[in-house]
Amino acid sequence: MFEVESSTRIERSSVMPGTEELIINMGPQHPSTHGVLRVILRLDGETVTDCDCDIGFLHRGTEKIGENITYTMFIPYTDRLDYIAAPSSNLAWVTAVEKLFGWEIPMRAHYIRSLVAEFSRISSHLLWLATHALDIGAMTVFLWCFREREMVLDLFETAFGARLTVNAFRLGGLFQDVPQKFLDLSQEFADLFPGRIGDYETLLTDNRIWLQRTRGIGVISADDAIDLSLTGPVLRGSGVRWDIRRAEPYAAYPYLDFVVPVGENGDVYDRYLVRIEEMRQSTRIIQQCLAQLPKGPVSCKVPRTIKPPAGEVYHSIENPKGEFGFYLVSDGSETPYRVRIRPPSFVNLGGLKKLVLGGLVADVVAIIGSIDIVLGECDR
Amino acid sequence: MEIAAEAVIALVKIAVVLGVVSLVVAYLTYLERKIIAHIQQRLGPMRVGWHGLLQPIADGVKLFLKEDIIPDKADKVVFVIAPIMVLVPAFVEYSVLPFSSTFYITQVNIGIFFILAVSSLGVFGIVMAGWASNSKYSLLGALRSAAQMLSYEIFLGFSLIGPLMLAGSLNMQKIVEAQSDVWFVFYQPLAFVVFFIAALAETNRVPFDLPEAETELVAGFHTEYSGMKFAFFFLAEYANIMVTSSVAVTLFFGGWKGISWIPLPGFVWYALKLGAIIFVFIWLRATLPRYRYDQLMRLGWKFMFPLVMANIFLTGLVKYLFL
Amino acid sequence: MPDEAQSNGQEEGSAPAAAQAPPAQDLRELVEREYAGTILEQSAYKDMADEATLVVRLDALPQVGSLLRDHPSARFRLLSDLTAAHFPAEERPFHVVYHLYSFDHNRRLRLKVKAHEGEQVPSVVSVWSGANWMEREVFDLFGVSFKGHPDLRRILLPEDWGSHPLRKDYPLEGRGERVYTKPRRKEYGE
Repeated sequence: MFEVESSTRIERSSVMPGTEELIINMGPQHPSTHGVLRVILRLDGETVTDCDCDIGFLHRGTEKIGENITYTMFIPYTDRLDYIAAPSSNLAWVTAVEKLFGWEIPMRAHYIRSLVAEFSRISSHLLWLATHALDIGAMTVFLWCFREREMVLDLFETAFGARLTVNAFRLGGLFQDVPQKFLDLSQEFADLFPGRIGDYETLLTDNRIWLQRTRGIGVISADDAIDLSLTGPVLRGSGVRWDIRRAEPYAAYPYLDFVVPVGENGDVYDRYLVRIEEMRQSTRIIQQCLAQLPKGPVSCKVPRTIKPPAGEVYHSIENPKGEFGFYLVSDGSETPYRVRIRPPSFVNLGGLKKLVLGGLVADVVAIIGSIDIVLGECDR
Repeated sequence: MEIAAEAVIALVKIAVVLGVVSLVVAYLTYLERKIIAHIQQRLGPMRVGWHGLLQPIADGVKLFLKEDIIPDKADKVVFVIAPIMVLVPAFVEYSVLPFSSTFYITQVNIGIFFILAVSSLGVFGIVMAGWASNSKYSLLGALRSAAQMLSYEIFLGFSLIGPLMLAGSLNMQKIVEAQSDVWFVFYQPLAFVVFFIAALAETNRVPFDLPEAETELVAGFHTEYSGMKFAFFFLAEYANIMVTSSVAVTLFFGGWKGISWIPLPGFVWYALKLGAIIFVFIWLRATLPRYRYDQLMRLGWKFMFPLVMANIFLTGLVKYLFL
Repeated sequence: MPDEAQSNGQEEGSAPAAAQAPPAQDLRELVEREYAGTILEQSAYKDMADEATLVVRLDALPQVGSLLRDHPSARFRLLSDLTAAHFPAEERPFHVVYHLYSFDHNRRLRLKVKAHEGEQVPSVVSVWSGANWMEREVFDLFGVSFKGHPDLRRILLPEDWGSHPLRKDYPLEGRGERVYTKPRRKEYGE
């Protein structure tokens, strides 16, 4: 009835004589594939018997661009990777480059970076919760989350003048100190937000339908998750207590107190709980950052033209979606020789097939939501 | 002469009911948008008229003027008939509803039976729409819809047996009269719960809106429809909500009968009760996530079916022993 | 730099002189004990512990990988990243880079293999399943082929894209080798 492009591995097969399995194309323009992801599903009734992802619709060659511009010029490009949590991407890039140079960053810059990175985590998790709940049919959570996300974006605007692609950090620290208004509003938000998380949980956490739709769906064991290189909340949902903020602390995280939440069963529900708790912990980190924020300069001395020594470094941070890293090869010139972006969404999406096989179409939607992908950074 | 007069009166009644129902259904969409908006802490439609009051009219005009697209590979005849097949039964059901003690189009001895029979015709339209669209999402949506509506119709029918046993009649008027003292909802709470859940499923409302589950099946059986044909599906959905709510009012909440010490006309009582039930429909939509297809079936057959059977048995037992 | 590190490593012992030994010396010895001669170079950027790099002989990669994954003193269970870099001037221009992480010891290790143009790199999908998509990406953007990969297709670029953009000789503008033939669209009603 319909032709499927040859680029997919999935071909039609007959289970019984005279019957035909249904091949269904989800995306790239589908309400719940969160961007331009195309998932090709082979269905037996409504059961998924095979799954293949077609990605790359948003491929912009960011790694190639990075090889041809200077280290400073690449910062705005990182905004466009994980655009839901742009400061996190900025942070990964600047920390990776600073590791290459070996600069000492002032404490105040470290604290502000952690503070903003946690805001970006909250903003990302809010968008995830909003769309994930909407995928499963809970409409109100969607709008409630956007209400708070709006506040976070306003905060970014106060501090950096932009809401989504904030270009927050510079090599060596910050462009300038954040205004006092930003700190006041941050405090206000941090006091208000835990109550709002409670609101979302009222609608979902103990809701029978929500439990039925998420518990025991998309289960992955800790060993399988590690084998598939899954990171971030997906890995923690399977019970692996690994957070790069803890294991290999960067910015101000060595001085901050927070809990790394983990799940038990590795299903969609556990990943939901992990992210909800991460939002709470992020609020705690924000409170601590605001209380401990040291005075002083926000940037170290950075030469006008920066040329790193030849060599290679890999540095990764805990992005809201997982391990977000940069592998940099320098040949001693002003531009990097090789920029590799280690994308959490791309790698986590690689595990999708294992998660969805044997489930129903409705579960595919829930599972894609629980992996929390952003195609800007998946396709690069 | 008399026959002619009767016919004229009947036609006028039909015109009035049809007009009022169409208008109410249109404004039901407005009400839904407003209520959900306020639950979600936003304003909803505000631009067209005072607080967006003319929004449904604007929507109607827009749908009328929209290009009417028939997909190239669709089965054209069936594609065109399907929305009519859905809309007509939804409106026919109003013919036996008693809106007050004196205002009704017709009084049939098998009123409730007639409603059940006609409402089950709607599923044909949905299956036809899914099939004729020649699209996978539509087909899946239609199949889900057929399975869901056919099974939940059984519970819907069975849940009504309890109140009917108490009333001793299928005539809608007589059922209302039987509730002069106590509404049946107090005698038959179990039946009402099952009826309400089944009604949600029958009208494809949250949490049973799988046939048009936006995030899985794009728009389910009406994915390929646009313009007035889409509006027909939309109208039919809301008209069905009205009918099922009306049946709930008639069978469980005493129809037009109000509380005796508050002097209000019958149809006002009727409208109030209807509004309250519709509000719950809308409220649920803003609150609950969606069931999965197999869970929906399990809920129906493993939980509601035994419950409704037990209810019938109990009602019969009590009636036999004590009345 | 790599030669230096290599000679240092061979002269000194492992455990007591750990402060002087270059990072990953213990891992190098571990691998050499099992598969002698498979580690070709050893280095670390500014001697940072988490930048330890071992260059592995191409054909020995899966064995070395399994050993590093399973041995109790290594336990590199997470393949954190897999990528490549192109050095056209070198004899073996394609460096395929593996970033490993060990939860048990909280340490990182970088493995590298160097391949000729057109040479097949053994796939590590059998060692770490997560390598599946990452190897496809390297295949897509560098044109490095992997032996034993279950499903080696392009992943980011269209199936019929003529070349591999992350190679250094890929032109940044102009026509160059950027060959892309637009597939013919079906006309309406055809």
